[in-house]
Amino acid sequence: MTRTASSRLVLSTVFLATALMAAACGGDDAATDTASTVVADASAGASDAASEMTDESSAPSEDGPVEFAEGTTMAELAEAGTIRVGTKFDQPGFGLQNLEGVPEGFDVEIAKLIAAGLGIDEENITYTETPSRIREEVLETDQVDVVVATYTINDERKLRITFAGPYYVAGQSLMVRADETRISGPEDLSDTAIRVCSVDGSTPSENIRQYLGAETQLTLFDVYSKCAEALAANQVDVVTTDNVILLGLVAQSEGAFTVVGEPFTEEPYGIGVPLGDVEFCEFINDTLAAAAEDGSYAEAWASTAGEIEGATDPTLPAAEPCS
Amino acid sequence: MFSVVALVGFVILAAVVVRRLVDQGEFAAELWSPLLWPGDDLFVVVWRRILAGLTTTLTAAGLTIAFSLVLGTLVTIVRVLNGRVARAPLVVLLELLRGAPVVILIFFTARLLPTIGINLPLLWYLVIGLTAYNFVVIGEIVRAGVSAVPRGQVEAAAALGMTHTQVMTAIQLPQAFRIMLPALISQLVVIVKDTSLAAIVLTGPQELLRTGRTIEQNLNNPLQTYLVIALVYIVLNGLLSWVAVLTERRVATRGQRAGRARRGAGRIQIVD
Amino acid sequence: MEAVTDNLGLFVSGYWRSVTICLYALVGSLVWGTVLAVFRVAPVAPLRQFGAGYVLVVRNTPLTVMLFTTAFVLPQLGFNAPFFWLGVLGLILYSSAFVCEAVRAGINAVPTGQSEAARAIGLDFGQSLRSVILPQALRTVVPPLGSVVIAMFKNSAVLGAFGVGGDLFSVSNRLTSAQGYAVAPVLIGVLVGYLAITLPTGALLSVLERRVAIAR
Repeated sequence: MTRTASSRLVLSTVFLATALMAAACGGDDAATDTASTVVADASAGASDAASEMTDESSAPSEDGPVEFAEGTTMAELAEAGTIRVGTKFDQPGFGLQNLEGVPEGFDVEIAKLIAAGLGIDEENITYTETPSRIREEVLETDQVDVVVATYTINDERKLRITFAGPYYVAGQSLMVRADETRISGPEDLSDTAIRVCSVDGSTPSENIRQYLGAETQLTLFDVYSKCAEALAANQVDVVTTDNVILLGLVAQSEGAFTVVGEPFTEEPYGIGVPLGDVEFCEFINDTLAAAAEDGSYAEAWASTAGEIEGATDPTLPAAEPCS
Repeated sequence: MFSVVALVGFVILAAVVVRRLVDQGEFAAELWSPLLWPGDDLFVVVWRRILAGLTTTLTAAGLTIAFSLVLGTLVTIVRVLNGRVARAPLVVLLELLRGAPVVILIFFTARLLPTIGINLPLLWYLVIGLTAYNFVVIGEIVRAGVSAVPRGQVEAAAALGMTHTQVMTAIQLPQAFRIMLPALISQLVVIVKDTSLAAIVLTGPQELLRTGRTIEQNLNNPLQTYLVIALVYIVLNGLLSWVAVLTERRVATRGQRAGRARRGAGRIQIVD
Repeated sequence: MEAVTDNLGLFVSGYWRSVTICLYALVGSLVWGTVLAVFRVAPVAPLRQFGAGYVLVVRNTPLTVMLFTTAFVLPQLGFNAPFFWLGVLGLILYSSAFVCEAVRAGINAVPTGQSEAARAIGLDFGQSLRSVILPQALRTVVPPLGSVVIAMFKNSAVLGAFGVGGDLFSVSNRLTSAQGYAVAPVLIGVLVGYLAITLPTGALLSVLERRVAIAR
């Protein structure tokens, strides 16, 4: 092959690949499930401007009647017409990426409610996968606008980001193989023969350490699906995280797994926003309150995590003050 | 005689594995059909994802080798044209980058750049990390290729009055490129494999392996999906390696100079 | 730089864990890789085909896919072991293909006259391999084998994502993500750690190369 021919080949391959990729990206279908329609009351809480929410089906844009105070995050997002959401891609019921490449679940529905409150259509939401250990980072480095990813509120995280909500209260629990007899609660984990699995950087992985007999019992992965696979293959004996996530994994396991014992912690799920953005936080709380009132919150649950056997329908918890 | 023993041994091993798989129900139709049976509802969707992942992988690999070639060639020129003292810090940097695991470079590119305000689409973190490692390797390939161009060519060019730079760009590099093409393609295979590291580094793009993970999470068939993904890699890399061997042969049969020139430069690398 | 100084203990233990992984992988892949090379040059057809097939498949598969197989698929087949060993096994299975090719290149570099002469004086395959071919092959083998070994040591970083905790990569992950330390110092610390593995190895290999080459 001559030099010009070979370099042409390389160039055309790169060009073709880039073109293919652009086509592939453009052709991706939008999210599947229909979100609830949001028709909220006019007077929002603390934010100055009156915000009139429109029906989700109408076209969103700065021309719509949605208005926010100058310089607030809400105004910026509403004007841009897009919002970047960080969520989980591997948690059935809350944030699971489907075959079209778009995540679905309760967290996703909550994100859609927020977006709708800003007048942003669900097609204009960009989802980024935010596994447990990078949730603060993506907010600190401005890679996403909000994080809705089974995000437990705790004081340590409050030093780096601000939480809106909570929108759900879960509890940490244990999941074992259906035929497991040794474990009925976290106290049984002091037996050093029992291997525990959880996810790096998550609150449950920190909480569980106090119950373990030895540090070597704990195996950490980056996503829960790996823990589930390890459990099925008898590489670990227990998977621990919030009970709703476990229920989703149980549902997927077709009877191979079961949850044992009662939840032994309280995990309020919050919505992460950049540190100090109090107005955005309050806006989100108001949006959630409105959604609870008009039933869209309940519907968001029912269409996603609510379908999992054993999950109890929640009521919107009282919002914590924004700071 | 030994052939029979060996054959029997392999058959027994295969039988044990297959039996185990059957016991676990891994041959159930619904685990395989979305991947293999065109009539299945999900077949098109699944394969569209796989192709999208493959395209991303190829794009990342293509961009990496393009940038690495440019950077590697620049580095070679700088090294050849500059004095010892000027070269030293460059050499130190190159050794540092070469001694680092690629996964670490990719991981830290994705972590470091956002903290200094550079927010890019995820694919670029992968490309930058891979390029940071590979431009060193490719620089060496370029250097070997350039030095494999017969001295006679360089001397003739100098006799014609061409400057050092002109000799480099018009005479050495074009011929060197032809010589080093097989080694470049082999390195491309390595790069394609390394794109899968994005599936380990959290914030990576949706390349082939990560796509496989999405599929198996939705269909609950890890064994089957990863098998298919592995096959795609094997076919892809196998094809690339075959092209490398072809180009090596063509370069060799190009005649007189090629025999000597091939030594060192065109040798296909066996290491990862 | 507090990231490094505060956690020096963590870095050091991470370093030693990585070194341990590398050493186990080194021994395992040298053994299995040489066996594969012998397979590939053996007069027994099924062995040759197995060797060729193995190398073809493994060379073209990413290490990550191999590790997915050993860490998640093997246990499903009933083969359970701590993740540490599954990870090391995956690294061994992967690197052996490259060791095999390096050794095979060394064997092929031995002039055919040697094996013919060995056969002429009555040595069988096993004996000629052991006494005549392999010792000479060793000399040509050391340089490419050296690169394979260094590549293997660098690949050990990937194990951190497959349940093998405590090595340098996992340490850097924990410090930068979960605990929010600044990235640059941790990066430098980890790089130094890996260089402290690859540079001494490179030096040792150069020494080895020189010693083995003298005889020629």
